[in-house]
Amino acid sequence: MEIEKYKGVWVFTEQREGELQEVGLEILGEARKIADKLGHELAAVLLGHNVSHLADELAAYGADKVYVADSPVLEVYRCDAYAPVLEAMINEHKPEIFLVGGTSTGMDLAPRVAAKVNTGLSAHCVGLDVDEGGCLKAQVPAFGGSIMASITCAVHRPQMATVPPGFMKKLEKDASRKAEVFNVEVKLTEKDIRTRVLEVFREEAESKPIELAETIVAGGYGIGSKENWGMLEELAATLGASVGATRPACDEGWAVQEVQMIGQSGKTVHPNLYIGVGVSGIIHHLIGIQDSKVIVAINRDAEAPIIKAADYAIVADYKEIVPALIEEFKKLGNE
Amino acid sequence: MKPLNIVVCIKPVPDSRYWDRLRLDPNTKLLRREGIPIVIGSLDINAIEEALRIKEARGGKVTVISMGPANTLEILAWAYAFGVDDAVLLTDRAFAGADTLATAYSLTSGIKKIGDVDLVLLGNESLDGSTGQVGPQVAEFLGIPHVTGVEKIDFVGDDTLHVRRKIELGHMVIEAKLPITLAVTAEINEPRVPPVFGALWATEKEAKQWTVNDVEVDKERIGQGGSPTYVPEVSNIELQRRGEVLKGEPAQIARQLVEKLRADGVLPGA
Repeated sequence: MEIEKYKGVWVFTEQREGELQEVGLEILGEARKIADKLGHELAAVLLGHNVSHLADELAAYGADKVYVADSPVLEVYRCDAYAPVLEAMINEHKPEIFLVGGTSTGMDLAPRVAAKVNTGLSAHCVGLDVDEGGCLKAQVPAFGGSIMASITCAVHRPQMATVPPGFMKKLEKDASRKAEVFNVEVKLTEKDIRTRVLEVFREEAESKPIELAETIVAGGYGIGSKENWGMLEELAATLGASVGATRPACDEGWAVQEVQMIGQSGKTVHPNLYIGVGVSGIIHHLIGIQDSKVIVAINRDAEAPIIKAADYAIVADYKEIVPALIEEFKKLGNE
Repeated sequence: MKPLNIVVCIKPVPDSRYWDRLRLDPNTKLLRREGIPIVIGSLDINAIEEALRIKEARGGKVTVISMGPANTLEILAWAYAFGVDDAVLLTDRAFAGADTLATAYSLTSGIKKIGDVDLVLLGNESLDGSTGQVGPQVAEFLGIPHVTGVEKIDFVGDDTLHVRRKIELGHMVIEAKLPITLAVTAEINEPRVPPVFGALWATEKEAKQWTVNDVEVDKERIGQGGSPTYVPEVSNIELQRRGEVLKGEPAQIARQLVEKLRADGVLPGA
């Protein structure tokens, strides 16, 4: 692989039903910095049907170029359709870096594309940088401790990474920015594709998504049971807070993973106040809450990692503390 | 319906109760797992369960395959006790240190050797690495389609299936044909009660062990050397804050906390 032929930073900017997914815009913001550092152009890669009007928005969020692959076969995401189109684009244009949002689509698509073009892919990256040699350093928390691994892909191109929603900041929208738009010829036809989408079902989000909540009460495995989880919900209700959860709490069925799980492979939250109850604070959860203004931890174990990662820590049995807090918070409402 | 030849890829993961003992080797930057018990990942169990249910419904054979050092045999013995027909371990120093691409490539060589596979099942993501990349990459190397996030599989014909795939706040239903690779989520089934410990000893079957010479691979594409990604550096994450411990009786603590949160201006409505 002649890696010096690979130039440019690409971002897969996913759209669903003609709407750009937020994470793609977030990654464009971070990729803009990387492209500037490398002196490369930043390109947004847009696949879909009747989506070319989205190019202006991608320009406004930082793209220098927009590659649009527009075809009826790309209307709804199917890996079998999207992956070969991206493969052909990569082989033709040879980008140095290709970043993909860690949505259900991105996590399904990126590994397949990486295997097609025989390159490395770092998953769930929470930080991105380039070294002096132009090598992407994809930061991924390593499990079991507070260490960040910096993953590098030295001799394969493009360097690929998936980035979960919520970790990067999109640029201020600037409608005066313009991008050069390239229409990609899609040779694929329906008979080349081995899968068909029969139905897409999406629930209406009932309440404000947790990533927008100003106050969050989150519970972990330490809560102990579904019955006790009710106490957490009562605490949240007195504060008008959203209820979040760690992965083990979701695994136990106390909370709904896709809307409540906070952490590296779940939601990234930005509240004024985060109260973690029975949360031990392994790194995967902590990096999802690090943007909180104030973190409060309630945990029996003084050695739990969340104690040091909190602004205020209460080392006690939550079953004694939470009722006292509920009482105290209720007074606030009466003031 | 015709019987199916099903392969389930499983991965030994360090028992999460011992995660605090895991260390990165400062020289190789690889995870040191010595002395840490391994277990089978919970989604791997869902994948095996689903394979067994499909076999029970329409006949066929279920083979589990894994890659790792000799102690991986423990989870393969467990899979036998669970009811699988056959187990294969790819075990060779040459496979060691693989990233997801090299792992998927290596597993594919084993699946090809098993031969005539109709369906490959695996957990949507492993408990430790959680990348979820191996499924799509195995499918690519096998030249068959894949679906991730699978929460339901319905066969609507000999070779045709409807797969329900979890997406953000909903799902999609995909029609596909065999052969296919499916990465399953916990929603897909409720695994049968795991075998009691004694069943481990009752099983007479032993997993096949294949070295790099038993499968057809390009040796440039396996192990650490065949892995595009590596970890040149690790750093500590500084996530420390004040860590101010509030003390006293519960009611005192609650009052203190409210005062502090009020002073910080983070109470709702403040």
